[in-house]
Amino acid sequence: MLHLDHLDMGQGAFSLTADWQLAQGSRLAIIGPSGAGKSTLLSVIGGFLAPRAGRVIWDGQDITAAPPAARPITTLFQDQNLLPHLTIAQNIGLGLSPSLRLTAKDHRRIDDALDRTGLAGLGPRKPGNLSGGQQSRVALARALLRQRPILCLDEPFAALGPALKTEMLGLLAALADETAATVLMITHDPADARAFAPLTTLVAEGVAHPPTATAGLLDAPPPALAAYLG
Amino acid sequence: MARRPVTLIAGGLAAVLLALLLAPLAVLGLRADSVALSGADLAALRFTLLQAAVSALLSVLLAVPVAKALARRRFVGRGALISLLGAPFLLPTIVAVLGLLTVFGRSGWVNDLLGALGLPQVSIYGFHGVVLAHVFFNMPLAVRMILQGWQAIPAERFRLAASLGFGPAETARHLEYPMLRAVLPGAALVIFGICLTSFAVALTLGGGPRATTVELAIYQALRFEFDLGAAARLALLQLAICALAFALATRFTVPSAFGAGKDAAGGPPAPAGWRRGADGVCLLLAGLFVMLPLLAIALRGLPGIMTLPPQVWAATLRSVVVALASTVLAMGLAVTLALAAARTRRVWPGLVATLPLAASSLVLGTGLFLIALPLTRPADLALPVTVLVNAMLALPFVYRVLAPEARSLEADYGRLADALGMIGFARLRWLILPRLARPLGFGAGLVAALSMGDLGVIALFASEQGATLPLLVQRLIGAYRMDTAASAALLLVSLSFALFWAFDAGGRRYAAS
Repeated sequence: MLHLDHLDMGQGAFSLTADWQLAQGSRLAIIGPSGAGKSTLLSVIGGFLAPRAGRVIWDGQDITAAPPAARPITTLFQDQNLLPHLTIAQNIGLGLSPSLRLTAKDHRRIDDALDRTGLAGLGPRKPGNLSGGQQSRVALARALLRQRPILCLDEPFAALGPALKTEMLGLLAALADETAATVLMITHDPADARAFAPLTTLVAEGVAHPPTATAGLLDAPPPALAAYLG
Repeated sequence: MARRPVTLIAGGLAAVLLALLLAPLAVLGLRADSVALSGADLAALRFTLLQAAVSALLSVLLAVPVAKALARRRFVGRGALISLLGAPFLLPTIVAVLGLLTVFGRSGWVNDLLGALGLPQVSIYGFHGVVLAHVFFNMPLAVRMILQGWQAIPAERFRLAASLGFGPAETARHLEYPMLRAVLPGAALVIFGICLTSFAVALTLGGGPRATTVELAIYQALRFEFDLGAAARLALLQLAICALAFALATRFTVPSAFGAGKDAAGGPPAPAGWRRGADGVCLLLAGLFVMLPLLAIALRGLPGIMTLPPQVWAATLRSVVVALASTVLAMGLAVTLALAAARTRRVWPGLVATLPLAASSLVLGTGLFLIALPLTRPADLALPVTVLVNAMLALPFVYRVLAPEARSLEADYGRLADALGMIGFARLRWLILPRLARPLGFGAGLVAALSMGDLGVIALFASEQGATLPLLVQRLIGAYRMDTAASAALLLVSLSFALFWAFDAGGRRYAAS
C-alpha cells in the first residue's frame, strides 16, 4: 500500500498537500488544471523532489528520503525516457544494471521484453531511428524488466496520436496486470481516466484529493474539476 | 535530496584550487619589500595600460568591418576564413612573434618591399611592435565575437527592415549600432584583459625602459636581478590591475567567440556596388594579415626541420608531456565543477572556475617560486609548476565551453539517470562521456594547444637544459639563430594544431559513434 502521510509539497508561494492511501494493484488517474501540481506530486513520490513536510510510505516503510533508484518505483517521464546515444537493447538493459554489466541471461530477458512489447529485432537500433510509439514501447519494456511494484506515468503518451495512445494504454494495462503493479498516471483526457483507471485523484487549489471512483467523479464533477473540463 | 558524490568532490577540488590560487598571492603579500612603486614600476604600469588600451581599441575597430563583411557575404571559402580567424587563439605566441618578425622585421618582407620602392623602413620593436602583435592575436578574436553579435540579430528583424525600405544607412542605425553598442565594450574589455598579461610579446618585441610590461618586469626582477622583494611587489601590482579589469569585465556581457561560423539563413542584406568591393578588400586584408606570418614560418622553417639539433627534440618531449598533463588536470577540474554547477544550480563552481582570470601566469609563478625557493631548487619544479599554472589559467575557458552543455545534460537526462540508479562510474561511462564528448574534445584541444604553446611561468623556473619548446624557440630568437628558430617554431605550431585537432576530432567521432 502507498501511503502519503500529511505530505506538504509546497515551494515558496506554491502549495500542495496530500494525505491519503492507495491499495496495492490500484490504477489511479491524476487529473487537474495545468500548474496545479500533478507533476510535483509524481516528482515527490518518485524521489526527484523533497517534500516540505510529511512522509511517503510504502508497505509500512518510510521512503521519503530514499534516492529515486532505491524506491519501489519506475517513473515514465513526459519525454527523455531514452538515452539517444545508446541502443534500444542498452536502454532497456539499464533497467537491469545501471552500469550495463549484462549477463547472457540478462540479454535473454531483454530480448523477451522486446518481444512482449512488439519490438522484436529492434535491439541494435538507436532511439533516433524509432517512431514515437516505438520509443514509448521501449520505455515500457524497461519498466517491465525493472519489476518495480509502482509505476508512475507523467503523460508519457501525450505526444502520440489517439489510436497509438489507446494502443499504449492497452499494453500498459496488460503489463500492469502481469506484474500486479500499482499505477499512477497523469492525464489531460477524461476518456483515458475512464478507460484505464478505476480511481481518480483531482489535483486542484493546492490539494491532491483522496482517490475516488473515476466514473462518479467525472459524472458529477466538483466545481474546480467542472471548470477544468469545461 | 542527499548530497551527491560529484558535489562533494567538486567542493573539495574547489577548496584545493582556491588554496593553490590564494597561497601564492598570500606569499607575495608577505614578501613584497614595499608598497611604494619605483619610477621603473610606474613606467611599466603606464606602458602596460597604454599598450593594452590601444591594442584593444585597434583590434575591435578593425574587426567591425571584417565581421560585417563576413556577416553579409556568402562566398566559397567563407567557412575556411572563419576557421583561419580562429587560428591565432591557438597559435603559440612565440611562433606568431617570429612570423611577424619575418614579415615586418628589419629585413622582413614588408621592409624589403618598402626598400625596393624607395620608402622608409618600419620598425617592429617597441610600442608599435607590441601593439601589432596584439592586434594580430586579438583582431581575429574580436571578429568572431562581433560576428556572433551580427548572427544574433533575428532574421525577422532584417526582413522587417527590408519591408520598411531601409537602406544600408538605416539598417546600420536601427539594427547594427544597437548590437555593436552591446557587444563592443565586452569584446574590448576581454582583449584589454588579455593584453594586460602580455609576456612573450613584450619579451621579444618590447623591453627596455620604454616598452616593458609589468609581467615582463616581474620576470626581469626574478631572473636577472634576483630581487625577490621587487618581484613580489610587481606581482601584486599586476594582480591589482588584472583583478580590476576582471571586475570591470564582469559588469559587461562578454560575447562568446567559440560558436561563430554557422551559416544562419537570412543574414543581413548584402548591398551591391562599392560596398561589395569594400567588403572584399576587408576580407582579403584580414585573411592576408593572419595568413602571412603563418606562411612565413612555414617557408622559412621547412628546409631545416629534418636537421633540428637534439635539444629541440628533448624540449618537444617536455612540451608534449606538459600539454597532456595540463589537459587532464584542467578537464578533470572543469567537468567536475560544471557538473556540480548543473546539479546544485549554485554559482560557486562557476565562480571558482572563473577566478584564475584575475591572476596571470607570472603572478602565480612568482608566488609559487617564492614558496618553492626555501624547499628546493625551482628548476626541479619547472614542469610540475608549469602544468599546474597552465591548467589553472585554461580552466576559465574550458569551463565556459562545458558549463552550458552540462546544464542541458542535467536538465534533459538527470532525472532519468537518477531514476535508473546511474551513479558514479556508470553515470560517467554511459551518460556523461558520450553526451559531453564533443565539448570535452573541443575543450581538451583548447587546453592542449594553449599549454603546448605557453611561454610564461616556464621562463621563470626553467634551467638552461630544462626548456620547453616555446622557451627554446625564444632563446634561439634571442641568439639570432632565426632559421633554426623558424624550424623549431614550425614544429611547435604543427604539434599545437595537431593536438587541438586530435582531441576535437576524437570528441566528435566518439559522440557520433
